[in-house]
Amino acid sequence: MLNSRRLVLAHFWMAFGVFGLALLLGAWQMFIRSPLAGWIGNPEWYYRSVTAHGTIMGYVFPTLIAMGFGYAITETSLKAPIAGVRWAWAGIALILIGSVMAMIPVSAGLASVLYTFYPPMIGNPFYYIGVVLVVVGSWIWVALMSINLIRWKRANPGKPVPLAMYANVAGSYLWGWTAVGAALELILQIIPVAVGLRSTIDAGLARIFFSWTLHAIVYFWLIPTYIAYYTIVPRAIGGKLYSDSMARISFVLFLVVAMPIGIHHTFADPMVGAGFKFVHSVFTAIVALPTLLTVFTICASVEIASRLRGGRGPFGWLVALPWNNPTMLAVTFSFIMLGFGGAGGLINMSYQLDASIHNTQWITGHFHLIFGGAIVIMYFVIAYDLWPHLTGRNLADLSLMRLQLWLWFIGMIVTTFPWHYVGILGMPRRMAYYDYTHPAIADQALPVILSATGGLILVVSAALFFVILIRGHLSEKADPGEYRFSVAVHPPQRVPVALNSHGLWVGLMIALTATNYGFPILQLAARSDTSVPAVYVGVK
Amino acid sequence: MNPERLLSLANRWFSTSVGLTLVIFLSSAICGFLLLPYADADSRFSGIWDAICNAAGFPVKSSATDIIQPEFKISGATLGLAELTSPSPQSIGRGATLAQQCAICHGPEGVSRADAPNLAGQYAQVIYKQLHDFRSGARTNATMGPFAAHMNDRDMIDLAAYYAYLPRIPSSRGSSEVPLIVASGAPTRGIAPCGSCHGTIERKIGSPWLNGQPAAYIEAQLRYFASGARRNDTNQQMRNIARALTDDEIKAVASYYAGTQ
Repeated sequence: MLNSRRLVLAHFWMAFGVFGLALLLGAWQMFIRSPLAGWIGNPEWYYRSVTAHGTIMGYVFPTLIAMGFGYAITETSLKAPIAGVRWAWAGIALILIGSVMAMIPVSAGLASVLYTFYPPMIGNPFYYIGVVLVVVGSWIWVALMSINLIRWKRANPGKPVPLAMYANVAGSYLWGWTAVGAALELILQIIPVAVGLRSTIDAGLARIFFSWTLHAIVYFWLIPTYIAYYTIVPRAIGGKLYSDSMARISFVLFLVVAMPIGIHHTFADPMVGAGFKFVHSVFTAIVALPTLLTVFTICASVEIASRLRGGRGPFGWLVALPWNNPTMLAVTFSFIMLGFGGAGGLINMSYQLDASIHNTQWITGHFHLIFGGAIVIMYFVIAYDLWPHLTGRNLADLSLMRLQLWLWFIGMIVTTFPWHYVGILGMPRRMAYYDYTHPAIADQALPVILSATGGLILVVSAALFFVILIRGHLSEKADPGEYRFSVAVHPPQRVPVALNSHGLWVGLMIALTATNYGFPILQLAARSDTSVPAVYVGVK
Repeated sequence: MNPERLLSLANRWFSTSVGLTLVIFLSSAICGFLLLPYADADSRFSGIWDAICNAAGFPVKSSATDIIQPEFKISGATLGLAELTSPSPQSIGRGATLAQQCAICHGPEGVSRADAPNLAGQYAQVIYKQLHDFRSGARTNATMGPFAAHMNDRDMIDLAAYYAYLPRIPSSRGSSEVPLIVASGAPTRGIAPCGSCHGTIERKIGSPWLNGQPAAYIEAQLRYFASGARRNDTNQQMRNIARALTDDEIKAVASYYAGTQ
């Protein structure tokens, strides 16, 4: 059992707790916008709910998962107690305080600005300050990950850093740097206006700052999933990791190219020059590379597991896979969703194709398929895998787990595929009301009903997930043994210093941020004619 | 064992990764800032530097030189005048004297018996803007045009202050149901709820208070907006809405606000 199990459990329970609440809001939003429900009369309720759903799912839930998993990795992979446990508790406390502080004005209808902030809309300052506290709390984790790795390296000079920890610290550095964009937006642009020091805001500059965070944050959400692919999946299905180096290269590639691509979120914005949009588009294409490497390496690792179990032939090995194993199911579902979501992403990153789906329901479909589908299903696996080590009790209900994972997969496909379809038909996202009796959009009614049904399936799946975890707390005690990560086919004896440290890659990440963001930011910051009056929102 | 130096060109990881990053960045920059701008058939660059500046996001001058002028007058009224929000008693008094010439249509106390708008309690900015537009020709009306032609800015401000000062007539509307178009608008047709600008839900500067206005007047104005006969709503806020309204909705709005529903 882990020494820091209370710390890790606190992170996981807080994460999944807020996830459950936000999921209910999401399902409600889908229902009231569908033809199954009438017009709610006041769109404010819808926007309030979207703000809460997005803020929790975007900022609080994945951050807590990454932190909790990060602490578990630190202790189990470095085989030493975590340094700075008190600071870790301070970090989660800040996140709790920040979340409550942000959610009070949102619930009261004083900050229905959506989690993307949408300047020049300005809500209650406590909402923004709460979000800043969440980010600051997570920065404590970033510092702790770095400190723990440095201590270990000093004690073990020249030894290869365990893959899980190497990837975990890469993820923390990525988050540390990418969160700077939103922090700059909040501190320099939005909060001064929200507290009344200024009445105008440079909405264009604020949006560029936000795009700095908005895309790389997805890769921060993704890193725990990728760590699970590489370090949990091969071991859980009885195989070996095909290549340790390939894994390291994938993570450092994320570090370098996840950052300088966010302006593809502002393709339709006039304040960024077309040249920079093109450069960001090119780097967005390159970010597919670490994912393709990962898919190859994990498929190869899975094939190794199958052949060890007696799988034969070019395709016959697929049959021999341990399909009863929930991890095997989950990684398959995750890859299918990642494949479809990634293909949609290639459309989003293309300037011309993006124009046809910009701000439509397609976008909602895309990021729910990637994040809610491919990423979150692996968060479930991480929880299932760690739970016996956190509780010291068995988690034996495999058939319930399989049912839960199947439902999540089906629910997510049923939710997001119709969204993609109605997006192509032109259905705008983030609207509270659609008049499906209107002939122009009448044919969107059926897919929207389908998609709302998918939302209900997801709620059922999440309920099962909670049942499984709670039953895990109540089952008989059992010694889970030492927590182990996957072993590579060729375990690394000596790793090139470039793949055993992060300096080079962090340097490239910052350099590319300067080249790809420097000019657009400085240009708008230097101009005096780019501010617009703030639009204050809130129930009167 | 010699410790491997990372930041050295001799380290192949360092030289390859930095080199590749540079190659990718430079080639994408050359494409984005030079080749693609010139590939655009509409590009009119005076040189390489012009193309680079354009791709970097500097505004292109040529597009700003030839603004298309509309063939009709647009409203030039400024609504932010402090005198409109906090008028002096002298201004109100002078307005009361001037208002005597308006009384034949708009009533001695701003309540009309001739289906002309009721001005009692109307926002000062609204009255000022309409008078200003009648004078400039942005809004045309055979009766109001000649009246406004002889007014100066002072007169208009004083009249606006006087009518804003008068008490509104109480609404006779009872508990009749609010039409959907007033409370919720029609989102699929891009129609905001009437109440979100004209009172009860929210008020926007320059939008008149509609409660108690004559039904015939509201209906006529909506039809003028729809046909384009009235176009002093500078950004077409009302023309866009009126064009999308159905005949039944226009009647429902008019009778609801008139309080006769």
